[in-house]
Amino acid sequence: MLSKLINLDRRIIFILVALAVIIPTLLPLNLPINVSNPTQRIYDYIDTLPAGSTIMIAFDYGPSSMPELNPMAKAVLRHCFDKKVRVIGMTLYPFAPTLADTLIKEVAEEKGAVNGEDYVFLGFRPGYEQVMLRMGTSIASAFEKDYTNTPLTEIPMMKDITNYDQIDLILDLASGSTTQIWITYVNVKYSQQIAAGVTGVIVSNMYPYLQTKQLIGLMPGYLGASEYEKLIGVPEKGTEGINNASPVHVLIFVLVVIGNTVFFIQRRREE
Amino acid sequence: MELIDFIGIWIAAFLTLCIYSFLYRDNPFYRFAEHLFVGMSVGYTITISIYQGFIPFAWEPFWEAIKPFWPGVPREAGWSGLWKLIPIGIGLLFFGGVSPRYTWLIRYPSAILIGLGAGLAIPNVLRADIFEQTRGTVEPFASINAGTLSIWGILGAILMVVGVVCTLIYFYFSVEHRGPVNWLSKVGIAFLMIGFGSAFGNTVMGRVALLIQRVDFLINDWIGSFGALF
Repeated sequence: MLSKLINLDRRIIFILVALAVIIPTLLPLNLPINVSNPTQRIYDYIDTLPAGSTIMIAFDYGPSSMPELNPMAKAVLRHCFDKKVRVIGMTLYPFAPTLADTLIKEVAEEKGAVNGEDYVFLGFRPGYEQVMLRMGTSIASAFEKDYTNTPLTEIPMMKDITNYDQIDLILDLASGSTTQIWITYVNVKYSQQIAAGVTGVIVSNMYPYLQTKQLIGLMPGYLGASEYEKLIGVPEKGTEGINNASPVHVLIFVLVVIGNTVFFIQRRREE
Repeated sequence: MELIDFIGIWIAAFLTLCIYSFLYRDNPFYRFAEHLFVGMSVGYTITISIYQGFIPFAWEPFWEAIKPFWPGVPREAGWSGLWKLIPIGIGLLFFGGVSPRYTWLIRYPSAILIGLGAGLAIPNVLRADIFEQTRGTVEPFASINAGTLSIWGILGAILMVVGVVCTLIYFYFSVEHRGPVNWLSKVGIAFLMIGFGSAFGNTVMGRVALLIQRVDFLINDWIGSFGALF
């Protein structure tokens, strides 16, 4: 029995994981979602902003992180457009412009938000800290035109927005190290409020900043997306995702326990 | 469903299955999808970098700078744009690397980049990652002193300080790890292991999310598109 477990073909584990994903996709679970404090803090902050306020969303992720971060982006955009909070979208990630532009347009169409008045997407600029620091002086010095090549001077909502002074919150949706760079250069230098929505892979690195309030809130992966969807009352891909992920998490937990148990038994026998 | 969407879904489904075929074993379908992915990623990045980096920040400023000297353009357009040629020229020095004879030219833009980067980073990183984190570690004790922290908050604050001190001791190699130092460093290892466990758990969540999205796509979009065939 023990030798069978030790020599278990890894493809059997792949099949088990596949089944743990496919079955809940076909037969959806409706597990309860409890909103955690870090997600609630982002929601509360945006919810208390007066109409006409501005938040900047940095889409710092590529297609490989879409499953976790797109649901967050959608939920936050819906919330902003409902509250008449203006949105400036931008990215420091070369793979993001198309997906971010598509996403913003989709939510804007659903909510009747108007390009140039309720939102603007500035596109991509290379260089992380250079772009952040330039925007601290003047957003137009980093992005002379928006993603559709319209000069910022001709965009109505940008007429009264020069730099971070007119932005109430920066939300970084990140799959890499950009959140730390936003904190290091924009929070420290300009005392700008920053929140983050990040992939599960990097969320552990973010908690120290949350504890020191360098981040006002944090959405961790699918969980954060599902929590924000619950807060705005529109359960969608994030909620589906976390429901489908739960059986896999249980399976992996069981596999880790079995693997460690077998390892220790084998080691004792060898001794 | 429009034809272009239908074709897109089938190509995406084919490539997804090609990639997942690696779970069985390495095969030509997997390698085809892998090479296609790498090639397209590089091509896309180069295109984006040219249109959103090189053209607005090098090409257009360059033409603006030399335009006043172009035949037929009035000279009163000014000389002020000429300063933009300085950073462009410094950037061009990076191409010294293509010739072994002029490789030394790279030292100048590299020195500027490193000097500028360090000058910008050191004060900000110190404040963001050292001073603020130290403040965050000891600040709860002010709340304990003021009597505004619950019993769990107090335990959390103490645990955090113990974790920070013991983990730092683990990485402190100027003293031999024997006796109390050894015990404290072992406590530090325990904190590190908890940290790695948390990172692993979150990584699993992230990786599973990718699988879920692909399975969702295959079941709902791809299999859902079968209806359009008939």
